[in-house]
Amino acid sequence: MGSYLPETDEGRAGMLAALGLTKSDELFSVIPPEVRIDALDLPEGRSELEVVSHLEALARENRHFDVVLRGAGAYRHHIPSIVKSVTSKEEFVTAYTPYQAEISQGVLQSIFEYQTQICELTGMDVANASVYDGATAAAEGVLMCRDRRRNEVVVAETVHPDVMTVIKTYCASRDVPVVTVPATSDLMVDLDALRAAVGPTTAAVYVQSPNYLGIIEDMDGIVAASHEAGSKVVMGFNPIALGILRTPGEYGVDVAVGEGQPLGLPLGFGGPYLGIMATTKALMRKLPGRIVGETSDAEGRRAFVLTLQAREQHIRREKASSNICSNEALCAMTASVYLAAVGPEGLAQVARLCAGHAHYLAEKLAELGFAPMSDKPFFNEFLTTCPVDAHQLVDQLAEHGILAGLPTHDGILWCATELNTRAEIDRVVSVVKEVCDR
Amino acid sequence: MSVIPAELSYTTSHEWVSVEGDTYTIGLTDFAQDALGDLVFVNLPMEGDEVVAGEAFADVESVKAVSDVFSPVTGTVVQINEDLLDAPEAINEDPYGAWLVRVEEVSEVGDLLDADAYEAHCAQEA
Amino acid sequence: MKLLFERSVAGRKQTIFPDLDVPEATFDETLVRQSAPRLPQMAEVDLGRHYTELAKQTHGVNDGFYPLGSCTMKYNPRVNEQVAALPGFADIHPLQPEETVQGCLGAMHELEGMLAEICGMDAMTLQPAAGAHGEYTGLLLIRAHHLANGDTGRTKIIVPDSAHGTNPASAVMAGFTVVSVPSDAQGGVDLDALRAAVGPDTAGLMLTNPNTLGLFDPNIVEICQIIHEAGGLCYYDGANLNAVMGHARPGDMGFDCVHVNLHKTFSTPHGGGGPGSGPVGCKAFLAPYLPNPRVVERPDGTLAFSCSEQSVGKVRSFYGNFLVAVRALAYILTLGREGIPEASASAVLNANYLAHFLAEAGYALPYGERCMHEFVIDVGPLKAETGVSAMDVAKRLLDFGVHPPTMYFPLIVHEALMAEPTETESRETLDEFVGLMTGILKEAHEDGERLHSAPFTCPIGRPDEVKAARKPHVRYEFDEEG
Repeated sequence: MGSYLPETDEGRAGMLAALGLTKSDELFSVIPPEVRIDALDLPEGRSELEVVSHLEALARENRHFDVVLRGAGAYRHHIPSIVKSVTSKEEFVTAYTPYQAEISQGVLQSIFEYQTQICELTGMDVANASVYDGATAAAEGVLMCRDRRRNEVVVAETVHPDVMTVIKTYCASRDVPVVTVPATSDLMVDLDALRAAVGPTTAAVYVQSPNYLGIIEDMDGIVAASHEAGSKVVMGFNPIALGILRTPGEYGVDVAVGEGQPLGLPLGFGGPYLGIMATTKALMRKLPGRIVGETSDAEGRRAFVLTLQAREQHIRREKASSNICSNEALCAMTASVYLAAVGPEGLAQVARLCAGHAHYLAEKLAELGFAPMSDKPFFNEFLTTCPVDAHQLVDQLAEHGILAGLPTHDGILWCATELNTRAEIDRVVSVVKEVCDR
Repeated sequence: MSVIPAELSYTTSHEWVSVEGDTYTIGLTDFAQDALGDLVFVNLPMEGDEVVAGEAFADVESVKAVSDVFSPVTGTVVQINEDLLDAPEAINEDPYGAWLVRVEEVSEVGDLLDADAYEAHCAQEA
Repeated sequence: MKLLFERSVAGRKQTIFPDLDVPEATFDETLVRQSAPRLPQMAEVDLGRHYTELAKQTHGVNDGFYPLGSCTMKYNPRVNEQVAALPGFADIHPLQPEETVQGCLGAMHELEGMLAEICGMDAMTLQPAAGAHGEYTGLLLIRAHHLANGDTGRTKIIVPDSAHGTNPASAVMAGFTVVSVPSDAQGGVDLDALRAAVGPDTAGLMLTNPNTLGLFDPNIVEICQIIHEAGGLCYYDGANLNAVMGHARPGDMGFDCVHVNLHKTFSTPHGGGGPGSGPVGCKAFLAPYLPNPRVVERPDGTLAFSCSEQSVGKVRSFYGNFLVAVRALAYILTLGREGIPEASASAVLNANYLAHFLAEAGYALPYGERCMHEFVIDVGPLKAETGVSAMDVAKRLLDFGVHPPTMYFPLIVHEALMAEPTETESRETLDEFVGLMTGILKEAHEDGERLHSAPFTCPIGRPDEVKAARKPHVRYEFDEEG
C-alpha cells in the first residue's frame, strides 16, 4: 500500500498516548455507529511503480495523433519550453490562494502582470485573475451586465455550442431569459434578427468572433445595433487571433471573454483551461472573481494584494454576484509566461502562421471538392462541404495518424495552427485525395 | 463620543434624515461610519428608483465587510451623491456632509428618533 | 521587485516561431488591430530569472508547514504530476472520436466509481471545475428534482451560520433564497431552530460535516431526517471530507448529493488559486439531472459519452478539469482501501495533537480540545488581555516560514484562527509549531504593541488594503513616452 504519511505506526501510537488515547478509532467516537463503515470497496493501495504502470497503460489506450486539424474550442499549439519550466516550479504549483500577501508577493505580482497583459491583448481596461474556462467566462460575462431594468440575454447561434449550453444553464437557474439569434447563409449573425431581438429589457448580447465556424463577425454592426438598444455587448475572442485581428476594446464592447487554452495550455482532453474576462472601468466592480491590485506597505514599498474583495462571496455571501473562489491561477500564469515569451512580435507571427496555414489548407481542400460554406473572412477555422462520407473520411485519415476536421453542420470544420506546416498540409492533402479517389 | 447634530432625525439603524420642503436627504451617522471603519466603496441606487421605509437601498463596503443602508422613508430617489462613487472616504471624514441620496414623493416616513433619543440609542449599542 | 514590463527592452526577443512557409493571409484594414499589445520584450534568460525571483516570494506546501484551515494543504505527490503530463493524456483533443479516447474515458470512469464509493453515492460527474462550482451543480440537481415533481414552491435552501461563504452564494446562483440557522452551544446545528426553519418551501439543506469548527455533528442522521420529512434534499459540502473518508460516508448519513474538492482531499495541487476540481456525486434518483455528457459503459465493455434529456445542461465546456482528475486517480490508486481511512485517521490525530498542546500552551479553544481534522483557536481572550489580535498572531507566524491558519473564519468566533495540519506532517513539525505559538504568546504578554507591526522579515510589511480598494490600481500603467 502506498502512503504519504511521514509518521510511523509507532510514532502515531506515541502521539495517541500523549493524548491519553490507545486507538485512533477513539478519535471517531463522535460519529454515530450506524453511519460508521468498516471498509471501502476499493482496490488495495499500490506502489508508485504500479500506479505509473496502470496510468501509462490507460494513456496508451488513447490515440495520440501526429497531425491535428481539429479545433472547435480546443487547439493544439506549440508550447514554448520556458512555459512548462516556469509553471512547474513547486512554489507556484503548491501554493494556495494568496491570502497572506506578505509571503505571496510572487503569485500576486504574477496575477497583476497577467491582468495587465490581458488588458493589452484585448484593449480593455480591467481584467480579473481568471475564471474556469471560456464558457463560464461567457456566462459570467452576460450575467454581470444585468441591472434592475434589464434581465434578458441575447446569444448568437454562431457561438460554440458548449458556450451556448453553459450560458443557458447559468441563466435558467437565475430566471434570466435567453433569446437566440440565427445565422445567415454565410455563417454570420443575422443582423436584422439581432436588431429585432434586442430591446429595452436586454442586458447583454453575446457573440463570438471568430465564431464557432471560423468566420469573423461584423462586430461593428453588432455593437452598434446592441448599444443603440441600450444593451451591453459581450464578445468571445480567440487570444491568438488578437495577435493580428482587431481587439474587443477597439470594437467598443463592454465585456471581453475568451478561452485562454491556446496560450500555452495543453489540449488535456478538455481541461484545465483558462477563462479570460476583461471589461471597462465602468463595469469593474461587477466583474466576478479575484482581482489583484497595487498598493504599498507602511514603509512605502510597492505591494500587491487581492482587492475589491467586498464583491466576493466570502464577504457578500448570498448577495455576491458569483460564487467563484478557486479559479485557474496556474493556468493564468501559464498564459502570462506564454505572452511574455513570445512577445508582441511572436504573438503576431503565430497568428500569421495560423491564418496562413488555414488559408493554404482551405485552398488545397477546395481543389479536392471541399467547398468553403462561406466566402466571408475567417481566421484559422473554416467549414467546408464534404464530397465523401464525413465519418469515413475521419476514420481513414485516423489510420494515417491524422485527426481530421470535426464533422458538423453538414460539413467539416477544419482548423490549422502554426504546427501544421506547408509540408504537413501537402502530405495531408495527398492522403485526402487518395481517400476521395478510392 | 460621536457627533449627533440636533437638527437632524435618525433611525435605529444609524441613518440620518434632513427634510427641506418635500425633499428628504439621507446619510449615515458619525456613529455608523466609526463602527464601519474605513469605507472603500458605496453602492447607490439609480435616480428614479423607489425606496421603501425599513428596506435596504444601498450598501457600503469596507475592506472586509459589506453593510446595508436602510431607507427611513418610502419614496422616489431624485438625486444620488455621485461624488461618493469616487471618494467614499468622505463618509468617514464628514458623515453629515456626505449625503447618499435625496428622496421625494414620500408616501411614508418610518419611525424616526430625535437627537436625544438617538444619543441614548447609541449609548445602548456602544 | 521589477515587473515584467519594467524589464522589457524594445527589440529583445525569443525565437519561438519560424518564418511563414505559405502565402500570408491578408485581412481588410477594418478587421486588423490598430496597435500592437505592449507585451514584454525579453530574452529567455531574463524571463527565467524573473520567475525564479517571483517563486522565491511565494510560499508553497514545500516551503513549510501550511495549516490553513478548511483548505487541506496536504503534500502534493510528485507522481501525480508525472502521470498527468503523459502525452497520452495531456495531448489528447477533447473532440477526438470516442474509440480513440478509451483511456481518458477509462480514467474518468475509474475515478468516478472510486469517488462514488468513498462518498456513498450512486453516480458522479467530474465536470465542475472547483468546489464552489460543484456546489452550484449539486444545487441545480436539487432544483431540477423539485421542478420535475411540479414542486415549484420549494425555493429556500437552509445553511448553518458556520458555513463557508460560497454556500449562500451558490444557493442564490442556483435560484434559491437562503435561510440561515444558528449553531448550538456545542457548535452543531441547533435542532429546534432547524425544525422551525423547515416547511413546504424548503428545497434543501447545505451542510459541511465536520463543520468549519472541525466538529462532527452527532445529530447528523436526525438533521437529514428533518429535512427529508419536510420534503427537502440534503447537500453535503465535501470541503472537510478529509476528516472522515473511509470512516463514514455522506450517503450513509442521509445526504442526497455531495461535492468533493480534488485539490483538497485528493492531494492535487492548488496552483496559487486553481485549477481545482469539484466532482459532484448523487443518489440514483438525481442521476438523470447530472450535467451532460456522462461516461457510460457499452454492452461490449467499451466506454462512451451519453447525454440525458433531463440534464441540467452543462456547467463548463467539455468534461471538466480532466488532468486534475488524473492526478486524483493516481492518489486514490496509491492509497487504496487501507490508505484512505489511514490518511483521515492521521489527519484527525494530528489536529487533536496540535489542539491539545496549543491549549496546554495557553491558547483558548472555545469548543474544547477534541476535534476532527481542524479546530478553531479563539484569540479573543488574548486580545482582551494584551491587545494582540488573531491577525497579529498570524502575521508573526510569517516571520518563521509558517503559513498561518485561516484568519477570522468561521464568522461565529470573532478572533478565530482555524488550523488544519493535515496528515502529511510529522510530530516534529507539529511540535515546532507549538513552540512558535508558545513564543508568540510570550511576546504578546511582554510587548504586545510590537506584534501589531509583524511581520518583520518578509519582502513587504502589511499592505495598505484600504488604499488598494479605494483607488483600484489593477494593471500596470505604461509610461507613455516608453
